[in-house]
Amino acid sequence: MTVATPTVVTRAEIEDFLYHEAALLDDWKLAAWEALLTDDAAYYVPPNDHLESDHRSTLFLVADDRERIRQRIIRINDPNCHAEHPKSRTRRMISNVRILAVEGDLVTVAANFVCYRYRRYERIREYVGAYRHVLKRAGDTFRIKERRVLIDAHELGSLGSVSFIL
Amino acid sequence: MSVRSYIVDDHDKKTFLLDREVLVSDEILRQEMAQIFGRCWIYVGHASELRKPGDFRSRKVAGRPVIFCRDQAGNIHCLFNTCRHRGAIVCTEREGNRRRFQCIYHGWTYGNDGRLVGVPGDDAYAGGLDKTAYGLRRPARFEEYRGFWFMCLDAGAPPLADYLAGARDYIDLVIDQSPSGQMEIISGVQEYDVAANWKLMVENSVDDYHLPSTHSTWLNFMANSGVKIEPPKDKSLVLPTHGKAVELGNGHFTTDNVNFRGRPVAKWIPLYGDAAKGEIDEIRKELVVRLGPERAQRVADTNRNLVIFPNLVINDGSSVTVRTFYPEGAGRMHVTAWALGPVEEGESARARRLDAFLTFYGPGGFATPDDVEALELVQQGLANWADDRWSEMSRGMGKEGDQLNSDEHHLRIFWRRWNELMGAQA
Repeated sequence: MTVATPTVVTRAEIEDFLYHEAALLDDWKLAAWEALLTDDAAYYVPPNDHLESDHRSTLFLVADDRERIRQRIIRINDPNCHAEHPKSRTRRMISNVRILAVEGDLVTVAANFVCYRYRRYERIREYVGAYRHVLKRAGDTFRIKERRVLIDAHELGSLGSVSFIL
Repeated sequence: MSVRSYIVDDHDKKTFLLDREVLVSDEILRQEMAQIFGRCWIYVGHASELRKPGDFRSRKVAGRPVIFCRDQAGNIHCLFNTCRHRGAIVCTEREGNRRRFQCIYHGWTYGNDGRLVGVPGDDAYAGGLDKTAYGLRRPARFEEYRGFWFMCLDAGAPPLADYLAGARDYIDLVIDQSPSGQMEIISGVQEYDVAANWKLMVENSVDDYHLPSTHSTWLNFMANSGVKIEPPKDKSLVLPTHGKAVELGNGHFTTDNVNFRGRPVAKWIPLYGDAAKGEIDEIRKELVVRLGPERAQRVADTNRNLVIFPNLVINDGSSVTVRTFYPEGAGRMHVTAWALGPVEEGESARARRLDAFLTFYGPGGFATPDDVEALELVQQGLANWADDRWSEMSRGMGKEGDQLNSDEHHLRIFWRRWNELMGAQA
């Protein structure tokens, strides 16, 4: 007996996937996280003053293609990535998950997040914003084709850096 | 006023020490606001940020809220963003285009040249209100050099061009990348805090000694991307190529390094991809035709991190970064960084420039977060300053002739000038 690929995407499925992704990132299981990506995946963090813009004409905080993501993971795993050694402790809360569009096997989803980040001798840093993922259906789960992180703060300010995968 | 020296500058013993109190003291910060930020030329913004009449940017410059704007006649102004009536901020938007700025509190309204043009109920003032006396205040001086606008709070300061001294040549080198001699600030600003004294960013911006230890992950990334970076054969060097530290007068200085890390204008590296080769060749050819081979080589094959005293850094390397920073207390600074590029730059070249910027710079880059970490670790370590008082900055002291970028000659230039302006006797 074969199970047909669902034609309908449910919010519960998307939530499960986003929660799983958040757990991998919070647990620093970056190899498992990387396995969630499509071969053409991209990761963007636009600048705080131009959230809706194109990384080819606007200076972003992060604008990684698939190869750059691979290099970012190599860097973060290296103990000489001083900004993340010892590793920050992060905890993500995800809510208000919405399916914005379904086109063929691509699903565009939006979610709110709070990411709390702790480092030794430091006060808490709270990253608040919205995720915008383009997910590609892969059997009964998804792969991440694009991941865009929109930070609500008017400036990065006391958040300082995005030295981990937000 | 004469105060004790904050540096030990011993030319006989060839040693240079810095009193760590200058990095932690609120009292010294108060003096700096008067003696340094109150007297030096401070970067406000770039003309390209104000293209049309009415364009404005509101920002804080050395803690002062200002409106950087272009009036209807095309003149650029720097206005204190403070209502003359009761003191409220009059422009609350970050950027935009306006003929008028109206204070929301009582409705006093100013033109984009700073003139007071409207006061609700102005017949209530005995003898009438002289509007000409109530325009928005502005810094005592406001001048530009080739599109870079600076303010100075000291009416008696020398003209900006004199103040910049030898730094002008290095600004010219940046601008020579553009066929028409016009560079522009690219949209998207990076604004972030570093929990460290602002002067540590001056040091870090030009300190090439730290590259191998702080940025080994960036060097690995370059190697993984096909950029061969050989360790120096000359044992006196820290970096793969020769680089100098150059004094430019009035506390300004720069590094001046033979490029090894690629340049959008115009040195191809494998990181850019094979498809970019032709375009970079064309950019290079244009440079040679316009500037001659020698100057073209100067523009395209050297990297320069320039510090304009006290707090403007122009990094002309794998991209061009304009970076300024202000104290927010003795142990914290606010950094603002922009990317700069030639106005003529095509879409693919612009995208390459921005990508190259992010390989190294910014809060999500492969190097800046580790710089931030280093500076914050310094600030944390300085909690022991009272019992471990001096920072050691003698590297390369007493060396004759050209000074190395990886020594501390240029850092000493900064600290000597800072010490002098603070009224100390060296």
